[in-house]
Amino acid sequence: MLHINGLVCRYGKVEALKGVTLSIGQGQLVALIGANGAGKSTTLRAISGILPSAAGRITFDGHDITKCSAREILSKGIAHCPEGRRVFPDMTVDENLDMGAYLRTDRREIAADRERIFGMFPRLAERRHQVAGTLSGGEQQMLAIGRAIMSKPRLMMFDEPSLGLAPNIVEQVFSIIDSIRKSGTTVLMVEQNAYSALEMCDYAYLLETGSIVLSGSGKDLIDDEHVRSAYLGG
Amino acid sequence: MKRLVPYIALAVFASVPLWLHDPYLLNAFITTGILIVAAMSLNLLLGYTGQLSLGHVAFFGIGAYTSALVSLGFDVELIGGIRVVHEPWPVWTGFVIGTLVAALCGYAVGKLSFKVRGAYFVIVTISFAEVVRLVALNWVELTQGPLALTSIPPMTLGVPGVGYLDFYSKQSNYYLVLAVLVVSYIVIQRLVYSRVGRAMIALKENESLAVSVGIDVTRYLVLAAVFSAGIAGAAGSLYAHYLKIIDPDVFAFLYTVTMVIMVISGGKGTLAGPIVGGLIFGFIPVAARSFATPEIQWILYGLLMIIIVFVLPKGIVPAVEKWFAAPSTRADPEPLQAKMHDTP
Repeated sequence: MLHINGLVCRYGKVEALKGVTLSIGQGQLVALIGANGAGKSTTLRAISGILPSAAGRITFDGHDITKCSAREILSKGIAHCPEGRRVFPDMTVDENLDMGAYLRTDRREIAADRERIFGMFPRLAERRHQVAGTLSGGEQQMLAIGRAIMSKPRLMMFDEPSLGLAPNIVEQVFSIIDSIRKSGTTVLMVEQNAYSALEMCDYAYLLETGSIVLSGSGKDLIDDEHVRSAYLGG
Repeated sequence: MKRLVPYIALAVFASVPLWLHDPYLLNAFITTGILIVAAMSLNLLLGYTGQLSLGHVAFFGIGAYTSALVSLGFDVELIGGIRVVHEPWPVWTGFVIGTLVAALCGYAVGKLSFKVRGAYFVIVTISFAEVVRLVALNWVELTQGPLALTSIPPMTLGVPGVGYLDFYSKQSNYYLVLAVLVVSYIVIQRLVYSRVGRAMIALKENESLAVSVGIDVTRYLVLAAVFSAGIAGAAGSLYAHYLKIIDPDVFAFLYTVTMVIMVISGGKGTLAGPIVGGLIFGFIPVAARSFATPEIQWILYGLLMIIIVFVLPKGIVPAVEKWFAAPSTRADPEPLQAKMHDTP
């Protein structure tokens, strides 16, 4: 479904990605793991068109999207849940969800999708008129996921979905991601919480300083000596 | 109740010339009104997209000069001996062309500078205003330089063969400014409550997220700059035809600062903010005049500004809105619905 070939990205003179090659199959959950600064977020940003790529080719469903704008890529069906500040803090929950459907024009279906998301996240329904900045970290993450769903993506990319969340919330977030995959949406997930990510994924790539150094099924990577010592704590 | 406030305010302001006959106060209303229109245009950029244009007076001045020159006519020789002669046109065409030229400049500045944002945008806008001021000062053949453009005709509206309406008197100028203010208010309101406005607010709140939901950042910023500059140009045109004289001092940094103060104190990112802030800071010098010397007036001006920024950091309008929104209704707007969702 998504193929990346020899992707190079630069921040000024610093080469953040030095020729990344990976592919994601339809309906798969693929994890991208690695240390801080390895280039995980950069990869996602390049795929979603926020960051221009210096070299390489990204194809989605056979179409070359390397030079497409963020807007075009989103409309082709790739949604990006960025890390860190995940919501529009001064907009209400409702408005945040509507922003996810920014490129869609089918009003009636948008409203139906919004209700569907409230069904998935009852907590958000309770707070639909509240401004998003007042939600807890976990609720904000749920809202971010809901917003990404609103764009009706076929590939959803999550950047550090567990970052800064309480352990019980982290589990909840992972189970939501799992159910998104089960509903047929392809998922690419960047995670520092390597063990959980490897456990749930179909396939995983390990990034180190801008290059893919290892790939395989989640279980293969968990069993790998190097992954074990460097990322899973022995 | 809240919906009625703008209409009540409009009715009150529309009645002002009926009971206020003091020409000094009426003049203060008119000039303050013009500055409020300019502040509203700045608010579109500063309040809704978060971009600080510290050269906003450039668009104001460009509107003023363009409008004045279109209605006065000019005769200049360009480089290479090309002579450009322009016969005076009706004043309302000056207003329209002044607005359009300012909007065009907004497009150019926006297109050029939104690639570099934040501090760089501020610097580009300041430089732009300074360059335009120097042009107005030194292109004497066109602008009369420091001698000023004089005998600018008053605004005239009319249909050939039917009749004309001259805006000579203070009363008529007051209504003209009020009308432009109302139209600008409606334009900005329409813009802000549309998809475009949503996109602008999203941009201000979290740009990388806005990009990730498919908002074309540069396009919307440029669009905001075009509308903002155009409205500022319209205000400038009103200014020129009301005062009937303009000199390069219309590009003074002080005017930009005044607009910024009006926007910030009233509440940036609110429709009423620049109006409230504008009335307060437009009338402090007037109110203080009766009991204070000019130096003391400016000290009062500064003090009030500091107090507002400290006590009401978000501005007057948001503070008042918060005051009127009862805390109980705010925290839990639809308790019934919440309970229904509680039991899955």
